[in-house]
Amino acid sequence: MDWVNVALQGILLGGLYALFATGLSLVFGVMRLVNLAHGDLGILAAFVALFLVQSLHLGFIWSGLLTIVIMFVVGYLLQRGLLNFVLGDDDARPVVVTFGLMIIIQNGLIMWFSADSQGLDAGKIENISIRITDKLSIGWFPLLVFVTSIVVIALLQQFLNRTKLGRAFRATSDDREAAELMGINNRHIYGLAMAIALAIVALAGIMLAARTTFDPTQGSFRLIYAFEAVIMGGMGSIWGTLIGAIVLGVSQTLGSQAFGSGWGLLVGHLVFLTVLAVRPSGFFAKTVAA
Amino acid sequence: MNAPDFRVARSTRMHRYVLVVGVLIVAVLASFPLWAQVSFLRTMVTFFTLVALAQMWNLLGGYAGLISVGQQAYIGLGAYGLWLIGDVIGLHPFVAVILAGVLAAAVALPVAPLMFRLRGGYFAIGTWVVAEVVRLVVSNIQATGGGSGKTVISAARLPIDTRINGTYLLALFVAVGSILLVYFLLRSRLGLALTAIRDNQLAAQSSGVNVFRAKLYVYLISAFGCGVVGAVVAMNLLRIQPAAAFSINWTAYALFIVVIGGLGTIEGPIIGAVIYFTLLQSLSQYGTTYMLLLGVIAVVMATKAPRGIWGFIAKRWDLHLFPVRRRLVLEVPPKPESPAAAGASGPVAEAS
Amino acid sequence: MSVLEFQEVDVFYGDFQALFKVSFKVEEGQTFACIGANGGGKSTLLRTIAGLQRPTSGQVLFQGEPVDKHPAHDRVGMGIALVPEGRRVFPSLTVFENLQIGAYGSRKGDWNTDSVMELFPLLKPLVKRQASSLSGGEQQALAIGRALMSNPQILLLDEVSLGLAPVVIKRIYEAMVHLVDTGTTIVVVEQDVQHVLTVADYVACFLEGRISLEGKPSDLSSEAITAAYFGM
Repeated sequence: MDWVNVALQGILLGGLYALFATGLSLVFGVMRLVNLAHGDLGILAAFVALFLVQSLHLGFIWSGLLTIVIMFVVGYLLQRGLLNFVLGDDDARPVVVTFGLMIIIQNGLIMWFSADSQGLDAGKIENISIRITDKLSIGWFPLLVFVTSIVVIALLQQFLNRTKLGRAFRATSDDREAAELMGINNRHIYGLAMAIALAIVALAGIMLAARTTFDPTQGSFRLIYAFEAVIMGGMGSIWGTLIGAIVLGVSQTLGSQAFGSGWGLLVGHLVFLTVLAVRPSGFFAKTVAA
Repeated sequence: MNAPDFRVARSTRMHRYVLVVGVLIVAVLASFPLWAQVSFLRTMVTFFTLVALAQMWNLLGGYAGLISVGQQAYIGLGAYGLWLIGDVIGLHPFVAVILAGVLAAAVALPVAPLMFRLRGGYFAIGTWVVAEVVRLVVSNIQATGGGSGKTVISAARLPIDTRINGTYLLALFVAVGSILLVYFLLRSRLGLALTAIRDNQLAAQSSGVNVFRAKLYVYLISAFGCGVVGAVVAMNLLRIQPAAAFSINWTAYALFIVVIGGLGTIEGPIIGAVIYFTLLQSLSQYGTTYMLLLGVIAVVMATKAPRGIWGFIAKRWDLHLFPVRRRLVLEVPPKPESPAAAGASGPVAEAS
Repeated sequence: MSVLEFQEVDVFYGDFQALFKVSFKVEEGQTFACIGANGGGKSTLLRTIAGLQRPTSGQVLFQGEPVDKHPAHDRVGMGIALVPEGRRVFPSLTVFENLQIGAYGSRKGDWNTDSVMELFPLLKPLVKRQASSLSGGEQQALAIGRALMSNPQILLLDEVSLGLAPVVIKRIYEAMVHLVDTGTTIVVVEQDVQHVLTVADYVACFLEGRISLEGKPSDLSSEAITAAYFGM
């Protein structure tokens, strides 16, 4: 009986992973950039929200919304101020710069907030469970996170497919120079893409913070899970990323259940490596890696 | 008209001076156990391991274009390998150090083809996943001491002088060895293949270079080197622990050293290690601030000065201490009438 | 005042000089043809007008105003539209979306998806298809249509007949005649001299970055053109 419950929890966990992964996928899709600092930016958002709650005494929801806006702006400035200059054919530079960024953020957070674990108080919504059947129940908050991830992905997909700006994103991703000829300023587009990606990862970070404790070193793990979700789902497919995230979440929870709590994460990684070995382009690959 | 004779030369007179100076430096360093303090020797071990680590990371990243963020997997495997081969199997620790490197390379063998399915930033994170997997396995198995780790008893049992001096000389040997390894590698056919791959992988492949094999060899060698480094570190500290052995900080140190010193050069990582190490000595008590500063320097350098300090020096003064490049030297036959131009020869074109 | 003017323009690709002190004028409503062998600098010329390349010296004037300071993405809004060499339609977008993107610059005018598809009826059944699945001729029609969607003042066509079957080339040039009739100023770069001379009002022959011959097609003999083309 437990297995179904555990699997269900894994699926909901996948929702959180999908939220972290979507931004990574978007940025790679639009500008072929793998941002190693992505996870840490999500954790940074959590700390920003914490700061707003603790120092400015804003409620959880207002802090969250404000944090998302702040991270949107941060994303745009980061892209136009720094990352636009390291894009290109060279493999080394973007990795080195985003790795350096990761170190800066992690250590900056430790300096400002200490390395201690923190929690973000989301109020009463955190611990309610919903009973589905006699033996099955799921947490309200995890369900909310899962539903949020679906809504975000659906909105993003609609944005890309139906709006003028979304078309510009896709055109820039296809052919940067030709897009310029259409009147699309690709430095600005890249800025917006990063802004959207960081807004989404901020949402992810805030939800993570409300759901569990967090500390400055968490970002690395978030990055790795996001990456595994993107690769398993198939590069270029945002819905694929959700599937990849769910597969990862379920692997982790089932692994924990089967072998003990220390092994859950390992099972997740092994499933990822297996998918990489057997189906390297992922479940729903669309674009080919550079 | 006859075409001029030519030969392909590598060294110049300057290189011979460099060689002599290099040998002298190594000889001086080797003499330290005779007169230096124990704490100083142990500090130098750290320096030597950083030099070796940087060379191995650079081999993979700067020459093969494979930027790895997961070499700590092999450093940790080397550390645990020392324990496994020295304590459990019972071989002499100094022998175990080299075998630990072999162990790391053995693990790298099946991992490489998997990793090569990824490119660029995704390759980087993939290598990190592998490091995480190894760390988790080691942390969760009781036999390897779980999260709290183990003491390397076989090394601890050595007589103190043997251990301290031996570790020091071993570390020196590893550092010099890593430099020589990279140097000879680059002069070999594999080195030529790597340069071609780094410039244009597709073109290299069309020219007959077996890209997969070249990358595989480099990946294995780098893993071996990192494994040896890990074993030496474990020998120096006498303790192994998953969190420290498999820490991402190893990548951070290697990355900073190479970025500051110069990616894709042999001299770069040496310079970078000296700078990094000097900074470390003066700022280490500031821990987090120091790492933050390193991050900032790395970002700034990678953005503004991607060739690093040595890259700047090499370009500005056309200085290359290690003769890995091939130069075309034309032998100009002496003109019959004019006495001045007898047998002139000199460098005409440089090809790296 | 000419629509477009080049004044002693030099353009470099790194160390390689592609254009040497090139000067010419294009008048309103004119169809200006640039012919010449590969490497003559013709594509560089168009790319410089479109802003993808910058002159190292000299200046480019559009409607009497210097344009060199303006980045490429501003030029569509000013009325300059380039149909680049190799078509370069957006492969993951549909035909319709490619046309929509052409109108990103939001310039007013007569061109819209309907009128473009009147000009190229072959596009009508392909509206929902992904551009990557189109044939060469269909992609060329789409690329031209996409440029027209920006309601340009001056249309730049780079080697539109390259790699296409003769039948298809004929159709493209039939459409071009319509375009010429609407009074659009066109600068067309071509290797296919025969076809382009049928629509051009003025022709300039480029050889290794310089104009080797120019004039009205009626004034130039085919021997003169051949000589100028090959630099004999």
